[in-house]
Amino acid sequence: MIEVLYFAWLRERIGLPRERVETDAVTVADLVEELKAREERYALAFADVTALRVALDQELSDFAAPLAGVREVAFFPPMTGG
Amino acid sequence: MQVRVQAGPFDYGAECAGFGQGGRDVGAVVTFLGVVRDDSGTLQRMEIEHYPGMTEKAIAAIVDKARLRWALADVLVIHRHGALHPGEAIMMVATAARHRVAAFEAAEFLMDYLKSRAPFWKKEFGPDGAEWVAAKDEDEDALGRW
Repeated sequence: MIEVLYFAWLRERIGLPRERVETDAVTVADLVEELKAREERYALAFADVTALRVALDQELSDFAAPLAGVREVAFFPPMTGG
Repeated sequence: MQVRVQAGPFDYGAECAGFGQGGRDVGAVVTFLGVVRDDSGTLQRMEIEHYPGMTEKAIAAIVDKARLRWALADVLVIHRHGALHPGEAIMMVATAARHRVAAFEAAEFLMDYLKSRAPFWKKEFGPDGAEWVAAKDEDEDALGRW
């Protein structure tokens, strides 16, 4: 079980800020494919992952990273702080 | 060293007063204030979303990175989230060092990294609706100089 979080326009497109996901995905990219296969709104939200960033357990990571031992995955657009 | 992520306003003057001073090894204090700017002339408000938990950690990691690079006597970062109006203070950075070059460079470094490595997202609200602010290539490129 992994906690998946969405922020900014990704959260709006998917329609929820977080959810628990039962998954055997090996990498972040595998998880994205599983989510995209679920429903149209996920497929649209994740259509272009180059426009997205990912954090694993609150550390910036990348889509090729393994999910073993990870409890929290967050997806979001490039950050606009400052 | 202090990092604060908060919804409410902060008093820039009060934060600056006394920051980094009092010791015998500080010769330079640099402070920066970020303010909500209205480029379109019709901005009603901005809403800043963040990732509670990661935000504080990401900023602390950025501060650590700066401290590895420059000998800093003190650092303060305050960043707000939630609804903000044009003219309101969004964030501030303060650095204290022995010499001004370190204080200036570290402040710029912190600003550059806060822009694209701290999990904040800005949404602008105007008369025609709301729009997420897109990250700029220049902001990403700015990291290249460090």
